[in-house]
Amino acid sequence: MRVIVDQNKCVASGQCVLAAGAVFDQHEEDGTVLLLNASPPHELHDAVRRAAALCPARAISIRTSARALDT
Amino acid sequence: MATAPASTVPEYPMARAAGCPFDPPQALRTLAPVSRIRLWDGSTPWLITRHADTRALLADPRVSADARREGYPHTSAAGRARRTRGSTFINMDDPDHARLRRMVTGTFTIRRVDALRPSIQRIVDERIDALLAGPRPVDLVQAFALPVPSLVICHLLGVPYADHDFFQCRARVLVSRDETVERASAAQDELTGYLDGIIADKLAEPADDLLSKLAGEHVATGELSRRDAALMAMLLVIAGHETTANMIALGTLALLEHPDQLTALRDTDDPALIAGAVEELLRYLTITHSGRRRVALQDIEIDGQTIHAGDGIVLAGDAANRDEDAFSDADRLDVHRDAGGHLAFGFGVHACLGQPLARAELQIVYSTLYRRIPGLRLAAPLEQIPFKHDSNVYGVYELPVTF
Repeated sequence: MRVIVDQNKCVASGQCVLAAGAVFDQHEEDGTVLLLNASPPHELHDAVRRAAALCPARAISIRTSARALDT
Repeated sequence: MATAPASTVPEYPMARAAGCPFDPPQALRTLAPVSRIRLWDGSTPWLITRHADTRALLADPRVSADARREGYPHTSAAGRARRTRGSTFINMDDPDHARLRRMVTGTFTIRRVDALRPSIQRIVDERIDALLAGPRPVDLVQAFALPVPSLVICHLLGVPYADHDFFQCRARVLVSRDETVERASAAQDELTGYLDGIIADKLAEPADDLLSKLAGEHVATGELSRRDAALMAMLLVIAGHETTANMIALGTLALLEHPDQLTALRDTDDPALIAGAVEELLRYLTITHSGRRRVALQDIEIDGQTIHAGDGIVLAGDAANRDEDAFSDADRLDVHRDAGGHLAFGFGVHACLGQPLARAELQIVYSTLYRRIPGLRLAAPLEQIPFKHDSNVYGVYELPVTF
């Protein structure tokens, strides 16, 4: 799993931090998303998918390579 | 904007069914998912009632929140006058919206709000001490639901809590559905005038609060006018106490009417259950019951309908949060369910910026109040509780309780 965040789209709702605090944090100044781990381990994938689904600005996208599909 | 024959278009907002104060109006459920409604001014924008459609449209860049655009579906004449006279970022589109919103979002990060939790807990505990020592029955709205979020937002913004009667009273006028243009405009002028004075004080003598930050970093640099800063401060004051106060009082009433749910919440120490219960009450009650208002910038196809450029759109979050396709057994209050994805804070770029603070306040209130006052009960029959049917934010005007 590869996580991509779009800083410009982010509206600092904090939903990603609540869903997956090990993967996402917020910039001190304006609360926009700070990606801590672009290739999170398998056990965090559900939480990352939840973060992406809950993000009101749709600023989180997830790519899964063919080899790493669903891992 | 096209108009449909008067006879076939239902009026909006609709009335809730008698005896069902927690449920959205029944008539919302009989409408097609995308259908025309008639507003106070005779205009016939589209009403969206499904969860998936609401989510999609609120995140769609072809949809504008700019209240000055032709076709924007205003809530009332007073709302129209107010939004035309002074806009904040909630009625702007990007890039202006993002630029202005980001001046304040740093104060509402999860980390900052977590750091506020001990102060919020102290405020809640002190108010409960006062309740326990005071007369009974007592109005929970005046004695607890309004003071708690007002104290919190005053602390955060740097507004003196001693002035709470002044700003609470004007906020109530500004969220009402049926105030006159004159009264709403006067309330807005008085509130922005008052906040402008505070911003002037912060420019002269900055403190560690949000209005000082806004004044020092954005007004002093010429990036933000004093007037726009005052309008932004007004938005934060109103959104910061009205909505949370209504969630505290209406949430308490809903729990008192669902004793099994109240017991489940009172008997747990599990922060995940408490947080989940807050999400469920946000979903179930959806106090922003007047629809989020937008206008289409381009033609949009949705659910077999074409929303044309310039058409108004009203997104009924209260109906969307009871959509069976999104939440099974959606009309049941169930603090154990996963209510994630509810639209009580909206969706898209205008999603509530204070949501981490609202969550923290509600988690602390709901996990403290019923535990410290286990015998809390209504001191009047449900039929006599005055509900805010005439306000853009739902809730109760009074909640007489005893214990």
